[in-house]
Parts: sequence; C-alpha cells; structure tokens
Amino acid sequence: MVRTLLEVSNLVKYFPIKRGLFSRVVGKVHAVDGISIQVQEGRTLGIVGESGCGKTTAGKTILKLIEPTAGTIRYDGNDITAFSRVQMKRYRQQMQIIFQDPFSSLNPRHTVGAIIAAPLEIHHLVESAEKEDRIAGLLRKVGLSATVMRRYPHEFSGGQRQRIGIARALAVNPRLVVGDEPVSALDVSIQAQILNLMEDLQDELGLTYIMIAHDLSVIRHIADKIAVMYLGKIVEMASRTELYHNPLHPYTRALLSAVPIPDPERERQRIILKGDVPSPINPPTGCRFHPRCPQRFEPCDQMEPETKTLADGHDVACYLY
Amino acid sequence: MFQFIIKRLLQAIPLLIGVSVIGFAMMHLAPGGPLAVYTLNPTITAQDIERIKHVFGLDQPIYIQYLKWATGMFTGNWGNTFFGGRPVLDVILERIPATFLLMGSGMSLAIVIGMLIGILGAVRRYSVFDYLATTGAMVALSFPTFWFGLMAIFIFALKLGLLPSGGMYTLGGEEGVLDLLRHLILPTVVLALVLVAQWSRYTRSSFLEVIHQDYIRTAKSKGLSDFRILFRHAFPNAVAPLIALAGIQLPWLFSGALVTETIFGWPGIGRLFVDSLTMKEYPVLMGMVMLTAAAVIIGNLLADVINALIDPRIRLE
Amino acid sequence: MAQRHPTRNESTCTTELSGDEAQAIPAGAPIHYFESQTRRIWRRFLRHHLAVIGGCVVLLLLSMAMFANLFAPHDPLSLDTQRRFIPPLTNTSFVLGTDEMGRDLLSRLFYGGRISLVVGLTAMFATIVTGLLIGLIAGFYGGRVDNVLMRFTDTMLCFPQVFLLLVLAAFITPTVISIALIIGLTSWMEVARIIRAQIQYIKEQDFIQAAFALGASEFRIMFKELLPNALAPVLVSATLNVANAVLMESYISFLGYGIQPPLASWGNMLTNAQSYFDLAPWLAILPGLMITLTVMSFNFLGDGLRDALDPRLRM
Repeated sequence: MVRTLLEVSNLVKYFPIKRGLFSRVVGKVHAVDGISIQVQEGRTLGIVGESGCGKTTAGKTILKLIEPTAGTIRYDGNDITAFSRVQMKRYRQQMQIIFQDPFSSLNPRHTVGAIIAAPLEIHHLVESAEKEDRIAGLLRKVGLSATVMRRYPHEFSGGQRQRIGIARALAVNPRLVVGDEPVSALDVSIQAQILNLMEDLQDELGLTYIMIAHDLSVIRHIADKIAVMYLGKIVEMASRTELYHNPLHPYTRALLSAVPIPDPERERQRIILKGDVPSPINPPTGCRFHPRCPQRFEPCDQMEPETKTLADGHDVACYLY
Repeated sequence: MFQFIIKRLLQAIPLLIGVSVIGFAMMHLAPGGPLAVYTLNPTITAQDIERIKHVFGLDQPIYIQYLKWATGMFTGNWGNTFFGGRPVLDVILERIPATFLLMGSGMSLAIVIGMLIGILGAVRRYSVFDYLATTGAMVALSFPTFWFGLMAIFIFALKLGLLPSGGMYTLGGEEGVLDLLRHLILPTVVLALVLVAQWSRYTRSSFLEVIHQDYIRTAKSKGLSDFRILFRHAFPNAVAPLIALAGIQLPWLFSGALVTETIFGWPGIGRLFVDSLTMKEYPVLMGMVMLTAAAVIIGNLLADVINALIDPRIRLE
Repeated sequence: MAQRHPTRNESTCTTELSGDEAQAIPAGAPIHYFESQTRRIWRRFLRHHLAVIGGCVVLLLLSMAMFANLFAPHDPLSLDTQRRFIPPLTNTSFVLGTDEMGRDLLSRLFYGGRISLVVGLTAMFATIVTGLLIGLIAGFYGGRVDNVLMRFTDTMLCFPQVFLLLVLAAFITPTVISIALIIGLTSWMEVARIIRAQIQYIKEQDFIQAAFALGASEFRIMFKELLPNALAPVLVSATLNVANAVLMESYISFLGYGIQPPLASWGNMLTNAQSYFDLAPWLAILPGLMITLTVMSFNFLGDGLRDALDPRLRM
C-alpha cells in the first residue's frame, strides 16, 4: 500500500501590492489560488504551466519557504501549515528543493565541500571525522569525483553545478524533493543527463519528487502524475498516459499541440491561443481561461468551474465535462 | 507633485525629532551635566547647585525636560548663555550672515568650477586634461582644509602680500564691499577646494552616464552642435544626481566652514563654536549642533523637491 | 519505467567533465581552466598605477609608524629651548629642524605619524564593525527593523562630523583610543548603507533560499552565507575610511581637542604653527604635507581597489 506523503488542500498564496504614502495595500497578486494535490511516496508529480502561472510559488509554498496565505499542507500525516521556523527545522531534513538557476543556487564564496557540508552541520548528521567521507560519497552518487570538494562553484559548468545542488539536497536524506525547473537552464543534452540521474536516485533512494517545469517533454519523461496549472489554479490533473493520450481541458490540449514532433512527415494540428496570459492581479471572472478558450460557451464567464474527478482519477475543471 | 512634497515633509519630521533626541542626549552626557560650568566650579556649594537646578528645571523627570527643551527649540527659546546671559538664539543669529556668505560663495565657486571641469573631463574622456583633472580631484580631496588655508595665507598674505591674512574687514578701515571681497577670496577658495573636487567627480560620472545614452547619439546624428547637445539634452538629465549632491554636501560645508573660519578669523558660527568650546558654553554649542542638523534636513528636502520639479521620473516613484 | 533519453556521452556517471569540456582537456590534467577570481582582481588592480603607488606609500607609512623608534634619531619629547627654530637641512643632527620647544621635527613626524595612523586604523575598525552590524541586520530583517535602523542612520548623517566630534571630544578624556572611538562611531553611516544595499541584493539569490530550505539558523545565514559575499565593498570602505579618520583626527587635534600634547600627532603639531609663520614656516608645512600624503595614498589605494573589485561600481 503506497502511502500519501504529501497532501495539499486549497493552498492559497497572495502577495500584497503596496502603494502610497503609508504603504497601503491596493491589490493582491493571486499567485496561487486554491490548489489541491496528493503525492504518493516514491512517485513523481509533475506541475506544468507557462511562466507566471504560479507553479514556482506553489513549490516554494509547499515547502514553507514562502508562508501560505490559506489552505493546509499535510506532510506524512502532520499538518505543517502553521509551523514556525523552529518547528519546521525537523521537517526540513525530509523536504528539500533543487533550484532552477545553477549559477545563483550555490554560494560563490564557499567551496563545494563547504556547500555540501552545510546541511550536515546544521542537522548534526555526522561526526567531523566522517564528514569528508560523507561528502565524497554524496559527490560520487551524483556522478562527480570527490576531488571537486576543494573547488569553487564558478569553476564548474551548469550541469555540474546542478549535480552539486542535488548532492546538497541529498545530504540530509530527504524523502520529498521539489525540483523547481531543475533542468530549464541547461543545454538539452545535459538536461537528459540530469534527468536520468534524478530518476536513478529516485529508484535507489525511494525519493518522492514534485517536478515543476514548463517543458512538456521533460515532464512526460519523468512524471507519473501531472498537474496543469493556469493562473494560479490547477485546470487538469491526471496520470501521464491519461494526460498525453486523452487531454480534456482546452488549455492542456493547446499546450500539447505546441510540443514539436521530431518527425518531419507528421503534421501537427496546432491550437494557437489568442491573446496574452492575463495578469494575476486581476484574474478574469469565472473560469480563468475563458477569455482565450476556443471552446468557450455560456457558463464559462460566470462562475469558476468545480474540479470534477472523472474515471481513472482524471481531474479536470471545465464546464465541458 | 503636491503629494510628493507632503510625503517628503512627513519623512523629514522624524528626522528632526531624532536629531533633537540625540542632541538632548549629548547635552546630558556631558560630564557634569548641563550645568557643568557650575558643578565643576569648586566655589559653588551643593545647595547653590540644587537651587540652580531647580531654576533651570533640571530636577524634573527627563522626558519632561526633553519636552520643554524641544518645544523651546521650536519656539526660538534656546536658553541663555552661561556667561552674560544673552539669549542663545540671538548670539547665534548675529553670526549666521557671515557664515552664510562664506558658505554661499564657497558652494557657488565649487559648483561653477567643479561642473566645468567635470563636463570637460566627461566630454574629453581619457585625455590629458581628464587624467589631470581626475587625479587632481583626488589630491585636492586629501588636503586637510585647515592646512591648505595655512599654506594659502603663507603664500598669498605673508610672502606675496596680495591678500589679507584674516578677518572679514580691515581693522579700522571702512567696511566697504571691495574690502569685504578682498577678505573673502582666500577663505572661499580654501573652503571650495574639497567641494570642487567632489563636484568635478560627480559631474563627470553623471555626464558620462548620460552621454552614452542613445538619445544623445540621436541628437548627434541629427547634426546638432556639440554645445547644444550638451546644454539642452545632456545637462538636464545629468543634473538630477548633482542636485542631490548639493544636499549631501551640506554637512561637510558646515564642517569645512568651521575649520576655515578658525584659520581666517572669520566671524561666523564656526568661530563661535570653537570659542564656545573653550568656554564650555553648552547652550550655544547645542544650539549650533541643532541648527546645523536642521539646516541639513531642510537643505536635503529642498534638493529633493527641486529634483522632483526637474525630473518627472522621481515624482512618479 | 519509461525509456531513458539517449544521452550524448553514455559513460557520464563516473567522469568529472561531460560534453564539450571532456574533449578539451585530457583526463587527469589539472584544471586551471577558469582564471581564479583573485588573480583577475589583482591584475585589474595592478593596472591602476596610482593605486599601486598609493599602496606602496601606505605600506611605507605603516612600517614607518610601526618602527618609529628605529627610524627616529631623537626622542620626540626631549626639548631644549637653546635649540629652538633650527631650520631644516641646516643641521646634520636635526635634519628637518626643530620646533618652538627645541624638539627634533623629524622624530616628531615619525612618532606623530604613528599616533595618527593608529587613530586612523582603530577608528576604521570601529567604523567597519558598527557599519557591518547595522547594515547586516537592517538588510537581512527588512521591515520595521530596517526602517528604524535606517532612520537612525539618516539622523546621524544630518550632523556635520566635525561639529559632532568636537562636542564629543569636549566630553571625554582625550586619549588615543577615545579619540579613535569617537571618530569611528561618527563615520559608520556610509558603510552601513553600502552593506545594507549589498545584503538586500544577495538575499534574493537562490543559495540563500537554499540555506533557509536546509533549516539554517538566521545567525548562520547572516554570518556564514551573506557576509562573505558582501566583503568586497567593505575592503574599499575600510581603506577610504582610514583616510577620512586621519583627516578628522588632524582637524580636531589641530583645534586642540584631539590628541593632547606633549604626545605628538600630525594634527596637533600644527596647532600653533600659525603663530610661528614668520619664524619657522616649515613647522606648518611639513606635518600637513605628511597628512596630505597619507590621506592621498589611502584614497588612491581605495579607489583602485574599488575599480579592481567591481569595475561596474560607480563612484
């Protein structure tokens, strides 16, 4: 029986906009507007969407790097939503994050060894005598030689730095790892290497992943279940096979149609959406996607559609269903 | 625009309050307290001191003292001098014109010459002139003002006999404008030295930033003369940070004036400050500290407002 | 398990380099591929000739100050009214002449330099520590704490430094340390601002978020993660601060409220110089020259450091 490691209900994050003489709050950025997800242990949930849809904010809020405005986060059965920094420290060992930008995610003034040693020191995981061995082991596990310990981040390429970032995240033996677009900043061939590495680590260590990305082919490769986000809301969530073979939401269909097919013979039917993504400060009424939806009809601009669970655990929020 | 001014004014008030708190704290930190001249005098008995304390209201709780003192400051009642019992405000006010004259001419000279040098340096970057100007500015910043003054007196007054060595007017002579100007030259130049250096550096860097912008290149390609480009296109855009500089320089202007006045025997508030130090005239000292700080706050406020008038981007921040 | 993506270099799991880099460097060779940042900074610095000269002069002055007792031919305090006002370069025993009390000027310049530089360096230290703490705390915590600290900083900036120093100097007993401290504690505002700006910028970088994610304490993040990245402007500030401190000391000592005679500092050597202009102008010229030289060297050094550490940093 696979347990649910992470359960998020109606997570909301608003950022206030301050203006004026006394920094009055004049508006809110609706970054994340009520998302609910469940992640089973050992599996990978992919969150996909365009820039500005709130997926990065969602990832950071789940880890409590950003304080949620509303909603609940249950990790391994425990409600951590309101936990203080001190209370979270224990859980930090179990939940880690890998960042998108390999160039700013490592402290330029620390050696690689110091960077990886930091989590070990913070949680007192090893005796000082064993520290170096532990670091060497971690480096080897991510495919780097132990000698890189004494070098500085700027001496390495983007792919290598992501490996270092992964090693740092693994140092605390986490169970849940959030990957915030971990390969977006890398060259395509390196992307493949890093993704393969992450998959191997998942098999070896039984890790649970939440992968955030905007690249559908990346998500397709690595995720078991996929959530599609648009303007702070999840519009569709399904298993990988279901989503790619049977996309229901018009937005998902448009996204999938945009993925290039490496076969010059086959023609794509591209669904091109009109207009730009609206601002999260003033989201549209009703279904957020309705201004751009090619299949819009009567109820779409009135009220937000409920998320319905169809057969095979396929969730979708759309009046078409 | 109006909202901007209000906003700045509101920001200035806590500064004024903060300055008054620090000033008050300083006064009470003085050894012997605000009545040092009495308490340190062995001939005055303890009872006398108690009596004096009561008269001056110093036996009341400290926040009451502060409030009384602060309201006094606002209403112009700055107490009386220890020796002679004259109102402190009067004592200070009668010296202010001389100092403002000196500060004003020093600043004007510095702005004019500093900006000229800066602009020339920016326009002819990396030329011999630029290199000399930049290095010269650094050197000028390193001179102790008082020493420069001493050297100036030595050369121009003593050795060459061209200019008077001190004072505002020739003793015993009629106090004509020409005489004043003769006496004003050396102190002004000495005071302006450091300011010129700062102005030239800031002007240069500000102009360099502006000159490389695309709109200047457009103006040039339109065939406008260099002169016109400089003064109609570059100057208004480069001048904003410089106005801010004027505000920032104010504290330094006061400091420099103090030192210059001491060297040249110029009868301004700087000289008054040093004399009051000798005589431990705390009321006068405090009054001047507060005055200079308030002048700095107001000066910066003015600079910000002028800046906002000239540069619409600042207003809309 | 889905098919693995084909990768260009299948054996990457154990090699250090991947892709292009592997072809450029033979296995096992040392990798000095990227020039060390320090070396680059050093090279940039060396290009500023004036800064280099300034640096050498600074070193010279510092050794002069440290070993004043070795360099000085006489005891700076020994006076002899028989030999007042000997002009410089006329007497082999008193190379730079004597002052109004018959003391050897050269020796006084050495020892005075020691005092002035000690005051300058100590004041710089006090300034840097204070400015760092305030800037770090204000930048890291932001919000109300930042507001209060910055208001305080702005308030302190309203006071002309010389006025403030003189008032404070009149309150305390003027020893070398106390003078250095009051100079230091009235000069930290710029440093605090610079540090705060740096911290605010660095705080947004992912590696700080990573430190939070790892559960690091605020203390650790401030001092182990943020601070090392903010040190470059500190170095520049420190150098320029010594220059300012030496200048300030000379101002207040000249006016009689700084270092007290008979202890010599370059500033107080000039206190009475004005009165002896006719008899002995060199008494006024030489100490001031030394002050100017010192301040100038530190200024040039600081300027060169600023350009070397970050060429984009405008004045």
